[in-house]
Amino acid sequence: MSVAAATTRSTVQLALTGRRSDVSGRVFAALLLLSLVISLAVLLVLLGSVISDAWPVLSDRGTDFLTSNLSHFEERAGVRQGLIGSLILIAFVGAIAVPLGVGAAIYLQEYARDTRVSRALIANIRNLAGVPSIVYGILGVVVFAQALRSVTGPESSGLSYISGGLTLSVLVMPFVIIITMEALRAVPSGIREAAYGVGATRWEVVRSHVLPYAAPGVLTGTILALARAFGETAPILLVGAVTGYLSPGGSRGFLETLQGKYTALPTIIFDWARQPGEEFAHLTSAAIVVLLAVILVVNLAAILLRNRYERKW
Amino acid sequence: MSAAATTRDVRETLQGNVARRRKEDVIQGVLVSAAGLSIVISVAIVLALVFRTARFLSQVDLGALWAGVWRPRQGQFDLLSLFEGSLVVTSIAMVVATPLGLGAAAYLSEYAKPRARRLLKPIVETLAGIPSVVIGFFALTVINPTVVQGIFGATSTFTTMAAGIGVGILTIPLIASVSEDAMFAVPRALREAAYGIGARRRTVTLRVVFPAALSGIVAALILGVSRAIGETMVVAIAAGGTGNGMRTLSPFEPNQTLTAAIASLAIGSDQVKTRGSGLNAFDALYLVGFVLFVSTLLLNVISERFVRKYRRAY
Repeated sequence: MSVAAATTRSTVQLALTGRRSDVSGRVFAALLLLSLVISLAVLLVLLGSVISDAWPVLSDRGTDFLTSNLSHFEERAGVRQGLIGSLILIAFVGAIAVPLGVGAAIYLQEYARDTRVSRALIANIRNLAGVPSIVYGILGVVVFAQALRSVTGPESSGLSYISGGLTLSVLVMPFVIIITMEALRAVPSGIREAAYGVGATRWEVVRSHVLPYAAPGVLTGTILALARAFGETAPILLVGAVTGYLSPGGSRGFLETLQGKYTALPTIIFDWARQPGEEFAHLTSAAIVVLLAVILVVNLAAILLRNRYERKW
Repeated sequence: MSAAATTRDVRETLQGNVARRRKEDVIQGVLVSAAGLSIVISVAIVLALVFRTARFLSQVDLGALWAGVWRPRQGQFDLLSLFEGSLVVTSIAMVVATPLGLGAAAYLSEYAKPRARRLLKPIVETLAGIPSVVIGFFALTVINPTVVQGIFGATSTFTTMAAGIGVGILTIPLIASVSEDAMFAVPRALREAAYGIGARRRTVTLRVVFPAALSGIVAALILGVSRAIGETMVVAIAAGGTGNGMRTLSPFEPNQTLTAAIASLAIGSDQVKTRGSGLNAFDALYLVGFVLFVSTLLLNVISERFVRKYRRAY
């Protein structure tokens, strides 16, 4: 082997395997990873500080904290009314926003042709999804609490479960539509064509072919939308979720309850967060632990559901 | 006679009988009205804001909208104060959220292996699920004492900086997920061409993927600004407090933003008449809501336009 050949070979080898390690590239990758790590760290610090802050209340009182009503006395105050209130509001959203949102999405994705009108409808829904939540609160005050007062609560000046539930439903509906449309779009057209080919009507195609395949996506999106409504505070602050003391109320009929005053878990957190004093800080943290427990469990369930049923076509 | 009967027979065979067709029509009608409801909602929002704002403006002395300070109970409705508050909070939020959101997006899209991606993405999504009241309390009790007072030496319990950082944390997931979608959508062939001529991963990320996804990234940032302006509870808890607002760009003082001013009017005992007039301070929230609605709508429309106009079709 000549000297020249050996030199060439080592030169080529050097060029291929790299002369030096790519330090700046590694630093860049580390910086990118760092931004994810910081997000994770914020999440952990938040959870850690809230849980350690809430510990005195949760360990001392246990389930008593969950089953007590609001009170001016820190040692007796609990979140029962807020939990019940939030669940009733979510029931409204589940009963109104979910079917309407899924229906609208089915129309836009499966029925409507690609016309100027349908494109304008979709653009309008996207814009609705970008409207700040507090503006929906204003809508709720003007339309549900004032204009429709005779229905939503003549006794409570319209600041009732019905107004709050309707406001949250209107807020969440655009998200349900957008998520459902995405899930429907992911169903391959072969599925539809097979059903049309054996003579199914449009609704039969949707009902027995498209919807079952899109169900995991729709369900996940819906769950996330409900979780969002559960933690939403600003709009129901406007439509009257009570801050401060709410009398437990005696036994009332179903309709009177829905037309009556209410509060919700995030509203209680907001109210306690503004109170001075160590005791209320502990109470606030304890209520946050309850709220986050619900939301994180629900979110985790939705993510697992999606990962499990996600299809690749 | 028989021709008509035959036509009917053929039609029934092709389209199904009358009952089946009617069911189709009814269902389509229901679905159309569900979709049409979104128009009703939009119209209702605009009408409610426009009429109530007009009513408020007809009652108030227009000079009060430039009073130098936001003190609704004294009849001083200075909009510039609220704008300055929103500007400070939004700027700080974007300073926090832009590098973290884009960094997370670039890592997830270009560096993470599929398994790591499946593990890391839920972290961002979980952060997105945390309610804003919780972040507000966190900003007030943790961020303000440790970061704003500890590092910057501020003295106030309520600061727009703490609120801005909190809003930034809330904005990270939005920016990350929208810009990650844009980066992930860049065709693999572009990357492979770059790798083929010996580019390193950092070069591919910065010189190939980033420019190709730029329209989506800009849209993500505009959406982030819109989200930050519209965020209410973090500011209401961590920066509001007094209900009054000043013209100040200092991030170390309490102040009111557009959104927090609405919240404060809604919960306060501001139902009382403003001193010396028949004016209801509560009604000022419609004006602020109108301004907020128009600003965020403009940003959202610009963001949408940006994506459509500059998107390259691959």
